[in-house]
Amino acid sequence: MKAVCWMGTEKMSVETVPDPTILNPRDAIVRISSTCICGSDLHLYDGYMPTMEPGDIMGHEFMGEVVEIGAGIDREKLKVGDRVVVPFTIACGRCFFCQQQLWSCCDNSNPNYWMAEELMGYSPSGLFGYTHMMGGYAGGQAQYARVPFADVGPLKVPAGIPDDKVVFLSDIFPTGYMGAENCNIRPGDTVTIWGCGPVGQFAIRSAFMLGAERVIAIDRFEYRLQLAQQAGAEIINYEEVDDVVQLLKDMTGNIGPDSCMDAVGMEAHYSGPIWVIDRGKQALRMQSDRPNVLRQCIMACRKGGTVSVPGVYGGFIDKMPMGQYMNKALTMKTGQTHMMRYMKPLLERVERGEIDPSFVISHRVPIDKAPEMYKVFRDKQDHCTKVVLDPWANGARAAA
Amino acid sequence: MSEAARIHLRNALGRRHRMETAFRWSAMITGGAIALIGLSKRSKSGVAIATAGGLLSYAGAKAGTRHRELIARSSILLNCTPEEAYQFWSKFENLPLFMRHLESVNLLSETRSRWIAIGPLGRRIVWDAEIAFDRKDDVIAWRSLPDSEIYVDGIVKFRNAPANRGTIITVVVVYQPPAGSIGGALAKILGKDPNFMMRQDLRRLKALIEAGEIPTIEGQSHGPRSGVAAAARLINPDEPIKGKGTLTGIAAARRRAS
Repeated sequence: MKAVCWMGTEKMSVETVPDPTILNPRDAIVRISSTCICGSDLHLYDGYMPTMEPGDIMGHEFMGEVVEIGAGIDREKLKVGDRVVVPFTIACGRCFFCQQQLWSCCDNSNPNYWMAEELMGYSPSGLFGYTHMMGGYAGGQAQYARVPFADVGPLKVPAGIPDDKVVFLSDIFPTGYMGAENCNIRPGDTVTIWGCGPVGQFAIRSAFMLGAERVIAIDRFEYRLQLAQQAGAEIINYEEVDDVVQLLKDMTGNIGPDSCMDAVGMEAHYSGPIWVIDRGKQALRMQSDRPNVLRQCIMACRKGGTVSVPGVYGGFIDKMPMGQYMNKALTMKTGQTHMMRYMKPLLERVERGEIDPSFVISHRVPIDKAPEMYKVFRDKQDHCTKVVLDPWANGARAAA
Repeated sequence: MSEAARIHLRNALGRRHRMETAFRWSAMITGGAIALIGLSKRSKSGVAIATAGGLLSYAGAKAGTRHRELIARSSILLNCTPEEAYQFWSKFENLPLFMRHLESVNLLSETRSRWIAIGPLGRRIVWDAEIAFDRKDDVIAWRSLPDSEIYVDGIVKFRNAPANRGTIITVVVVYQPPAGSIGGALAKILGKDPNFMMRQDLRRLKALIEAGEIPTIEGQSHGPRSGVAAAARLINPDEPIKGKGTLTGIAAARRRAS
């Protein structure tokens, strides 16, 4: 089959690899109909996540049809022929954490638990196509994928609804939604969201669903800010503003937003001396992340407010405004998305027509074009917000 | 009481091990100092003092060499009852399912079993063990028979976790390797940190009991691997490569960027 492989920093390549096989009783094999490039894949593309190996298959946002299931799967739960969306987190469904609905903290799905344990104290769940520290599972930017614990994760979707409307239930829609839920929104609240990428876009819409009155969205790309505005958000282009925190105070009568969300993560862009210091430290591996959005969230948030962090961080950061965080009585909520909590309710919202997630798609290309699309997406060329790959399209024809 | 049980108790009770270590060092240092004072006196009483100091120092050093055993100790929470965990462990034939160094454990009688471990280059170590102590749903202890090639002595304790979260099991296994190739093979199996190996074993046990299978990526498809990664995999197929290629890749990208 064809698969997008990580071959080194900024080196992606479409390779022909063996088709996946069932390795464990609760595995299933899915023939992939749609798959996407995620913003978090760009951290791998840029080489900032440790424990990638050349040859690793990328991708964690995919859906398709079940073509084979292992002996350990209850046929009532999943059978050959089912059309499924596969969540990016892998969960066993039976450990303490799964039973607490903390699916992305599953204790039994990371075969390389010890690697994450060394870095974090404990390991989160295994993830598709996202470093060996997170399990080393082959990802879904391919024609087929092996799905472990397939009786727990995959969400069955009815035939009538197109891929474009449901494929984002695999990650970014639930991730944006959980980001908004973590904002602890009460009716009438003001929520500020840094980053208008795909997760930020879904977070904006989710914040309104959860009762926010005002959503303020921050980015530097006009086309992304326009998408945010279409959803009803007030927008700030931070490159045209001297002091984002002061502006947010001015916009809220000096009380500050009730909740601030970091939908940017470890590769934020900013300016001034602090940028030079953070960028240099990251290059020298003295810190793994560039955390200025998190700092701004803490500074801007109203006293007693909530900071929500769906943005991905890798490790250690410097100049965390801890005194500010403590003295202002803030709460921070984080985590990889507990996918299985959100997929079904959000599918129902899609079915009821409350939201059409396909608004975020800017590019549909055959899988053969994936390597160049990584660069386009990373550099925000061509107004790129979201790339959907067709694993089966004939490259030459579709490109024409 | 067996060595493993004693260690289990000692860890439960606290400070004894640290105190032993402290005694050892203070005896060696103080003894050495007294001996030097005695020697510097160049008299009959000086000889006596030096002898006494030497003896004390020797006792300290001797205490240090007494502990030659390798100890593997770890504990884990299992989402099941102590009865279920006990049932699983008390069938020693189950242990090779999650202890990777074991090839097989076969029962010879109600209390005796034959254990086979695989060392480097397929070298097998075989020993027979007997149940030393067994209290249902609570504790199992076992030890190798006196004439075995190696000395192995283990204990597992099952207890209810707070808040109905299942069972916490604690395992201590003590190995005393003989000199020679068997000892070398055993040391190789246990690695630099026997506790680490035990942690991995218990993590596999946890997955097996809770999820019904042990998560794996062995045998999955992938693109072409680099020569370095392939060589590393050949040396130790179980060890994930920590991404050395990645670091050089990043360094190269940085050079390009700067």
